[in-house]
Amino acid sequence: MSAAAEPLLRVEDLRVEFPTEDGVVHAVDGITYEVAPGGTLGIVGESGSGKTVSSLTTMGLTRAQGARISGRILFEGRDLLTLSEREMRTVRGNDIAMIFQDPLSSLHPFFKVGAQLAEAVRAHQDTSKAKALQRAVELLALVGIPDPARRAQEYPHEFSGGMRQRAMIAMALANEPKLLIADEPTTALDVTVQAQILALMERLQSELGMAIVIITHDLGVVAEMADDIAVMYSGRIVEIASAASIFARPEHPYTWGLLRSIPTLAGPREAELEPIPGTPPSLINRPSGCHFHPRCPYAQPDHARIDPALEPVAGEPSHQVACLLAPDERRRIWSEQQRARSTAAEAQR
Amino acid sequence: MTRYIIRRLLWGALLLILVSALTFLLFRVLPTGEPARLRAGRNASAKVIQEIRVDLGLNKSLPEQFWLYMKGIFLHFDLGYSYYSSAPVKSLIADRLPATVSLTFGAAAIWLLSGVAVGIVSAVRRRSKLDRASMGTALVLISAPEYWLGLIALYLFAADIGRLKVFPGAGSYVGLTSHPWKWLTALILPWLVLASTNAAIYARLVRGSLIEVMGEDYIRTARAKGLTERRVILRHGLRSAINPVMTILGLDIGVLLGGAILVETVFNIPGIGRLAYDAITHSDFPIVQGTVLIAALFIIVANIVVDIAYAYLDPRVRFS
Repeated sequence: MSAAAEPLLRVEDLRVEFPTEDGVVHAVDGITYEVAPGGTLGIVGESGSGKTVSSLTTMGLTRAQGARISGRILFEGRDLLTLSEREMRTVRGNDIAMIFQDPLSSLHPFFKVGAQLAEAVRAHQDTSKAKALQRAVELLALVGIPDPARRAQEYPHEFSGGMRQRAMIAMALANEPKLLIADEPTTALDVTVQAQILALMERLQSELGMAIVIITHDLGVVAEMADDIAVMYSGRIVEIASAASIFARPEHPYTWGLLRSIPTLAGPREAELEPIPGTPPSLINRPSGCHFHPRCPYAQPDHARIDPALEPVAGEPSHQVACLLAPDERRRIWSEQQRARSTAAEAQR
Repeated sequence: MTRYIIRRLLWGALLLILVSALTFLLFRVLPTGEPARLRAGRNASAKVIQEIRVDLGLNKSLPEQFWLYMKGIFLHFDLGYSYYSSAPVKSLIADRLPATVSLTFGAAAIWLLSGVAVGIVSAVRRRSKLDRASMGTALVLISAPEYWLGLIALYLFAADIGRLKVFPGAGSYVGLTSHPWKWLTALILPWLVLASTNAAIYARLVRGSLIEVMGEDYIRTARAKGLTERRVILRHGLRSAINPVMTILGLDIGVLLGGAILVETVFNIPGIGRLAYDAITHSDFPIVQGTVLIAALFIIVANIVVDIAYAYLDPRVRFS
């Protein structure tokens, strides 16, 4: 991990639970991660792994839903969980901004795009409506929307999917946040548009110097962008390392599954694209022991009893994994899988 | 947009013609009694009745009668004459319209404001004691018949027969222009009674609609911007939640302008509903027919207004 002296965001042992009629939902179960100023963290996992809830909690948006929250969320050294709602509001949309999966449903259908952006500006800056609208047009130009002055007067349904997500990004940038949380920003978009949006985010990051937390179920999305990657499963981080390490030496069987489910143009087609068997576990009645054991092809009988802790990998202090398999065993399985993959690729050529 | 409006207007006109034809059928073809006999009064001779038949055009063939009737309505707005007073129905209705308009819009203002306010509070404080109390009261008000509420209101608060003599009783209505203060006080009880059921319906509607809207993604976006919760609810939430309310409001006002028969009767307000009620009890068919037509006209116009208003409220409708 790119451990700078002072992280911008440090989440410590964060737990978020929702009491419901069916039982307590353990959405986030003790996660710890850091984001350096200007750095990028990718949080990867299936739906229901707690990745979105952890980010909404950082924004202070799960409080009203009756969530029980513990741990610390240190932003520039200040614990956001101790802030009052009023104080939190000055952080939200100002220091930390967020964009969401579906840009159409995330924009208000009855307000013009420019007005929605101007509202974000005026939420934190004391300016006139005219000035805020002018700033909205500048923001639309910044995210590469052509003819921004005219577009600002249009409604979200008159925008294309990619343009809407650009508008959402523009809205998030309204107050030049230090941290942008992007929750599945490309999932609802066409593949070609996905690449454009990711490129836009990278350009804006280098221009504005903000840190990004990008949440996705697709390791392919964060491959290029992220400095570090945290893999989440059942409300926990099961593996966290630099992006390079995750792709070169993944340690967790779940990470292997995620890697195998990315299609690559260079690699063999169809045959090798393996889904992870089974479904994500219920967050109310979680599996015993290692939460992944029911779906893990390498699970041993005692893995249903022992709950693995997140521990550094030998020789790689910033690479942590929560797995009960012996380190040698894991390396052996992974290199075998790599060999099988490349043989299959050879065979196809 | 213009084409849309024109199309709606043409449909409205066609509907009005159909309704007119239907009322003609109802009142001429169905065995409702002999109009000439009703017009002639008691112990009239056969000769007089025959003269009246000629006078009313009842001796002509049905298609001919229909043609004259439709021509009268659409070219001269001629709704015929009362059997009893011989006054033109058109002017009878025009005389009664101000009372009905006063009653309708006053009540609408009350039920809209109170319904929306209660609905918002209930939605925001969902499952609180206040929410449960409000929704329980709403259920009672929805279930209570208007005439019963009206009688209870008179029994409790009317100046003549009430336990607490606070408001003027039944039959105290005067025109706004002749005495504004009396107009206002006389209408307070009828307004409240007429508004109560609708206020309850609107409160439940707003509550449900707002709860649904508050779960939308764009509400999360509004919160993520750092807006105050108040602004999130009142600007972003209510703006969406109010649309179905506006649709129903238009239709409700349209219906009531055709006469709030029960409330006008209980409070003896000389409105269109009261006119219709009296005409029905006296078999004064031209008036009944006229009030039915005017009610249909208001409902059709209200429908058109609602459709056009909807296009302004929801930009997505405007462009498709």
